[in-house]
Parts: sequence; C-alpha cells; structure tokens
Amino acid sequence: MSSPSENMPIAVSVPRSKPLLVRHLPYFIGAAIAVALAATMQFDGYVHNILMQATTFAIAVFGLSVVLGLCGQINLAQAAFFGFGAYAVGIGTADYQISYWLCLLAGCLVALVAGAVLGMSTLRLGGHYLAMVTISFQQIVTLIMINAIWLTHGPDGVSRIGRPALFQSAQSYLAFCVAVLAIVGYVVWHLPETRLGRAMRAVRDNELAAGVIGVDVFRTKVLAFAVSAVLGGLAGGLFAGGFAYVSPDQFSFAESVVFLTMSLLGGVASPIGSAIGTGLLILIPEWLRFLKSVPGLYLAIYGLAVILIIRYMPDGIWGFVNALTTRWRAQTKAAPATAALKLKPATIGGDIVLEVTGLSKYFGGLKAVDGVDIQVRRGGVHALIGPNGSGKTTTLNVLSGLYKATAGKIVLDGTDITNMPPHQRTANGLGRTFQNIRLFRSMTALENVEIGAERPGNTMIGEGGDAALTERAMEALTFVGLGSRANELISSFSYGHQRLIEIARALAANPTLLLLDEPAAGLNSTEKLELHELLKRIAAQGLTILIIDHDMTLVSEAAQHITVLNFGRRIADGESMAVLRHPDVVSAYLGAE
Amino acid sequence: MDLVLQLLFTGIGIGAVYALVALGIVLIFRATNVVNFAQGEFSMVAAYLMVVFAVDLGWPYWLSFLLALGGMALLGVIFNLGVYYPLRHRTFLPVIIATIGASILLANSVLAIYGPQPQVLQGWFETPGIQLGPVYLDSQYLLIIAVTVALVIFNYWFFEKTLLGKKLQATSQDKEMASLLGISVSAMIMITFIYSAVLGGLAGILVAPVLFVSIQMGSTIALKAFAATIIGGFGDVAGAIIGGLSLGIIETFGAAYISVPYKDAFAFLALVLFLMFRPQGIFGERVAEKA
Repeated sequence: MSSPSENMPIAVSVPRSKPLLVRHLPYFIGAAIAVALAATMQFDGYVHNILMQATTFAIAVFGLSVVLGLCGQINLAQAAFFGFGAYAVGIGTADYQISYWLCLLAGCLVALVAGAVLGMSTLRLGGHYLAMVTISFQQIVTLIMINAIWLTHGPDGVSRIGRPALFQSAQSYLAFCVAVLAIVGYVVWHLPETRLGRAMRAVRDNELAAGVIGVDVFRTKVLAFAVSAVLGGLAGGLFAGGFAYVSPDQFSFAESVVFLTMSLLGGVASPIGSAIGTGLLILIPEWLRFLKSVPGLYLAIYGLAVILIIRYMPDGIWGFVNALTTRWRAQTKAAPATAALKLKPATIGGDIVLEVTGLSKYFGGLKAVDGVDIQVRRGGVHALIGPNGSGKTTTLNVLSGLYKATAGKIVLDGTDITNMPPHQRTANGLGRTFQNIRLFRSMTALENVEIGAERPGNTMIGEGGDAALTERAMEALTFVGLGSRANELISSFSYGHQRLIEIARALAANPTLLLLDEPAAGLNSTEKLELHELLKRIAAQGLTILIIDHDMTLVSEAAQHITVLNFGRRIADGESMAVLRHPDVVSAYLGAE
Repeated sequence: MDLVLQLLFTGIGIGAVYALVALGIVLIFRATNVVNFAQGEFSMVAAYLMVVFAVDLGWPYWLSFLLALGGMALLGVIFNLGVYYPLRHRTFLPVIIATIGASILLANSVLAIYGPQPQVLQGWFETPGIQLGPVYLDSQYLLIIAVTVALVIFNYWFFEKTLLGKKLQATSQDKEMASLLGISVSAMIMITFIYSAVLGGLAGILVAPVLFVSIQMGSTIALKAFAATIIGGFGDVAGAIIGGLSLGIIETFGAAYISVPYKDAFAFLALVLFLMFRPQGIFGERVAEKA
C-alpha cells in the first residue's frame, strides 16, 4: 500500500527534518563524557557514595515520571519495586552465588510481574484505588522483608552483595551505572514522542476521549505502571551492587515518599525534572546533616514540601523554568499542509453502514433508550433528533461503547461491535466528537490530531511512521482551517475552534462513520455556517455522518435522513422533510394540542 | 468453640476501630470526592494528645479526652484550610498527593517531637474486663463496641433527621445545586473535615490502650480502613462499617489460625481479592464516569 501523497511536498515542523541521530548527538556526547568522568575521576568514598545513590535513585524516579508524569497514575510503592531489584541482586549474589546479570534480570522480572498484577487488578478502577492499593502493597512488602527471615535475613539485611566481574572496582561500577542512567534517561526523554507515549499523555489528559479515539486505556495504564515498576527494579539492582548491603528500612514507605518528593520537586512531567529533583533531595539532606540528628524531622520537611509544591509549583522546578523560557522562545509557526485531506471510508459491508436493532439502555428502572432501530445509509448525513431527555446522547454513548447496551445489536460496516470496548470500535472505523469538548489539554492541536490519526487500522497512514502521521494530522487541521496554528496549545483556541480540532482529530483517523454529538452547541451564527460548510465538504468525500443536534436549521439543511427519538423510543424515521412535518414530531417538539 | 467466640469478640472490637476510621474517610470522600490519606494520622495524633494530657500532664481522663477531641476539631480546621481548600478546584491527583504529604508531615512531626519509643495509655476503666461464660470481655473492647454503635446511630440520626445533615448530603451530591439553594458549600466541607477528624481521633483514643501509642499506628490503621472502605463498597457509609467489622474478624482469625507476623497482610489480601472479583464491594458503588 502506498502513502496517498508520496510525491507531494511534506509539510512538517522544522526540527524533525534532521535525522534523529544527528539531533540527539549532543545528548550522547554529553552522556559519554559523564561516563568517562565517572570512570576516571578520583572521588573520595563519601562523594562516590552520593554519586552512586543519586545515579540509582534517578533511574527509579524516571519510573515515576513515566507513570505519574506521563500517564497520570500514582505509584506509592516505588521503594517496594526498588527493593525487589535490590533483594534479587543481594540474595542471589550473596547467598546463592548466581551471576549478577541473571540476578539483575530476575529483579526486573519480579518487579515487572508484581507491577503488572497490581496494575491489572486496580487500573480499571479510579485513581483512588491505585493510591490505596500501592500504599498497602508497599507496607506488605516491607512486612515480608522483615519477617521472611529464611529468605531476606530479616532486619539484619543482606551483606556482601556481589558485582559483575566486568565492573568489580567501585569506580568502574559507578561508570556502568551512569551509562545505564544515560540510556534510561534517553528512552524516557523520548517516550512522549512515541506512539505509546502519546497514548499515555492522552490517557492522562482525558481518559474517555482517549478510549474513544482508539487508545486502549487499560492496556496503556498497565504498561505505564509496569514500566515504572521495572525501572524501580533495575535501579534497586544497581543500588544493591553499589553499596554491597541492603536492609528493609531502605525500601520502606518513607522511601517511596522520598521518590515521590524528588519527582514532584523537579517536575514530574520530564526526566530532566526528575534528575534535578533527585540530585537536590540527595544533596540537600547532606548539607543539612544536623536535621538528621532528630529522627523524623527531615521527613516531616519532605511532607511539608510535598504540600507546598503541589500548591505553589505543581509543575516542579523544571516546569517552572520551562514556563519562563517559553515566553522568550518564539512560537514555531507551522506551515499548513499543501496536500488536501483525503477521506477514504472503508466499504466492507453493504449499503447500510450502521445497523442498530432493538437497542436498549436501562439505568436501573429508567429506560433511557428502549428498543431503538436505526439504519444509517452509506454516504449520507443522517440526523438523530429529539427533545431534551429523549435518549439521543445515551444512544450515542452506547454506540461508541462508553455505556454497555442492555439489549440490542450494533453492526458497523458488517462487523458486530455491540460488545466491544470503545477503542476497538474505533479500530473498526467509528469516529466521534463530544458535546462537551474533550481534547487533550496539555498538548498542541497537532499532537491531539496525531493521536487521532494513529487509530489502529487507519489505512491512510499505513506503515508511514511518524512523518506520515504528522502529515496526515496537518492535512486534517488544514481541512478544518486551522493548519497554520497547529503548534499552539489547546487552551489558546476559542470554543468554536476547539470543536473544529475535535472534528479534525476524528477525521484524521479516516473513520467509516463519523458521530457528531451536538456540534453546533455553543457556536455563534458565523461559526454555525462554517460548520455547515465543513459538513458538506466531509460528506462530499463520501464519509457517512450521524449527527445529533438541536439546531433544526442545520439538521434540516445538512441531513437527508432523520430519526426522531422521544422518551427513549423511535417515533419517526425517514426522509428529512417528511419527518419534520410528521405530526408526532411536531407535537413532541411543540407540545400536543 | 470457646476460642471462636473469643476471637469473634476481639475481631468485632478491633473491627469497630477500623469502621470508625473508614467512616471518616467515606464522609470526606462524599463531601469532596477526595480520599484523605491522612485519616489514619488523625487517630495517631489524637492518641498522642491523650498521652500528653493524661499521662505526661496527669490531667483527669475525661478532661484529657475532651481536650484531645477539641484538638482534633482544630486539626480538622487546619487540615481543611491548609491542605484541601487551596486545591479544591484541581483534579483529584494533586489533592491526594497533598493529603499524602500531610500524612507524612503529621507522622514525622510527632516522631520529631516525641521520639520513636511507643507510649502506653491506660484504658478508661479500672476493671480489665468481665468473664461472660466462656468468653472474656475486655472492658476496653466493650467500650469500643459501645461507642461505635452509639456513633453509628448518631451518624444515621444526624444525616437523615437533621437539617444540617441534609445540607451536608445535598453538598456531597451536587455542590453547584447546593450553593444555588443557599447552602454554604465551604462551610459544609469544613464541618465534614472537623467531624471526620474527630471520628478518626476518637478511634485512635479508643484503640490506644489496646495497641501501643506509636508513630506507625496511623499508617497501620489507615491501611485497614482503606481496605474496609473497598470491601464494603467505596463511598458507602454502611459499607464502611460492615467492611471494617469484617476486616477485624478476618484479621483476628487469620492471626490466630494462620500467622501472627503477617496479620497486617490479610487486609491487603482481602483488598486485592475484592478488587479483582468484586470491585464494587459488598454494597456496591458504580465506577463509571458520565460522558
């Protein structure tokens, strides 16, 4: 399959033009210098220990920046995962003389499995559950470390922990850890620009919308949590080799809080912030050693710091610095795409794109939707109307999978989607917008639309990779008239323009059927005219639209076919003018005489 | 059989404490949509206040008790103003992180002031307990159960029969509408925090003679209370109480028949099993967001 615009000039934002490796060369040169310094400089034992601690802690904090910063899920058990890695290396090398590498791998695996199981049992539920479960898990792990003496040596801890043969000296081992830190840092730094990273950010910003545009929300959250756990395990394994001794108090809930504070202080959203936070919180207690003479005092200060940071500096030090510099940096203007957006809706089934039969949705005793049939013909604009409370939006939510149907069947283009979760329906060609706009607020317009374009099964992208994705997103934004503002954040757009971006996000995915939930709500009359024009241009490309709206002018002009609901039931269906004159419809809207 | 009855009594006694703390968590959650992760520390702080007043200063028990509860009410006010209120318009994540910060701050401030040695607080009664047939009824456990029953009845009466209770309910169900009806939402939230802090404090004071008064008691109790709220059905008042009692019983039997050192792990096990197989808990809360 060939990309639709192979011969057309590709309009992408400037920094992407250089090859990846060249752009990132400074990072690798810097990393190489750091590793070389760690390997050659003569540190005294004290400085060496601080560097060792900072290096390994930073890796664990990177894990938090993935799960909390990128994906918005909390992990209050990072010290437990850190402990898994540390104890695996400790017990393995000291008690069973197993190779260091095998132990490190085993530690990461144990952390991975524990993280995945914990995530899978909790992440379908709200964020509170995750916080409670990770706190509990952390306490239990500490309990086991102290009480399972046959395995962990209990409170005495594990001593004489080995290092790999290759890095026996403390100096070379530190250099090795710095190298690992550099690699992990690189991966975490670039994660947000990958498909998985974008999915995580989408989940963080708006879970519902993420699901509806094709992101497997649950899988993404579990992955983020597992990545964080593995990084914790890896860091712990390195830590154990560095200090040759581990004991349960190093992996207590207090340490999890320390990791969290490091992450929040530096700025949870970026690995640079994580590194800053880790460095500061390792150095500051060293400078203020007198605080450590009173037990509890420095942790009390950490607790206070968490409250103050959350209140006054929610994006951390790095976020603060970033906000200052963005004011000085010129906004990069994006060049609109020169290629026109092409919509090629899939045609697998017959003449009917969407076949809804006997669809019902009950909330307890309330029959919000009651045995509704809808047939949407291919290539037209079909409207679903009805007075307030008639079940329109409920129908749309059942169609897109946010609600589970109580009864009935939904067939999209020949595929039965009745029992699919939202992201699978999207993969099968369903696109939608929301009445109350649900965009990813921390991202630019372009990034929002890119995530839409990333829909699994989008034939307009093929295997084109990031460049094709950006191109498709630019085309979609240009199509709705916002191509030149692609690099602006969502907050800088007006309400009407945000609505257009939502439509662009759905269009970029090249859906088979587009569901529009009250697109005219809140728009002024000029914007309504523009919307009408846009709908015409979309329909002209053969994309079928199912629209819900109150605006009768828009509906009567744009739609060829209308289905009317009232009290959850279908009261009329047919060619638009005929339906609007139907006496039941008139009385439903104007009241019976 | 005798042992079973004895364990059942102890289990209900300790479960009643979990129920009180869980109740505090649920009330705050219903009013603010936020889980207060410092709820366990309220119990710990109250127990230490008792130690200060009744043991260190040697004041009468009843006076110390009233002063400690007064202190908790004050802590509820400070907590609301310092931790929750400034963040009330933010999403839940920053708020729970702030409450976690507050929990660390409270626990470690007490540690810094009082040192790590666990303290002993005498029970309310001189008589240690009474023998009723095969079961020995410890007087402190009897007190805990009696107070919990009284509080549950009070709670029901307060929320269902008084105007203030109705206003609190209205606030927890729809803040905007409540404020349009002339209810001061911030006052209602303040009352909820005070009430929850006092409840948590009461639990801490009641349980202190049974356990030692220690820095860790807050996080241990909180862990059980979280599990209790989930087992009962998150956000449900009756669920929190039933969940707390069930957890106390599970834990007491687990410690007697399976393992003492892992006593605290049973709560976690029950928590994870419920999350996997019945996340809505015994009573059931819907976990869905409206589009």
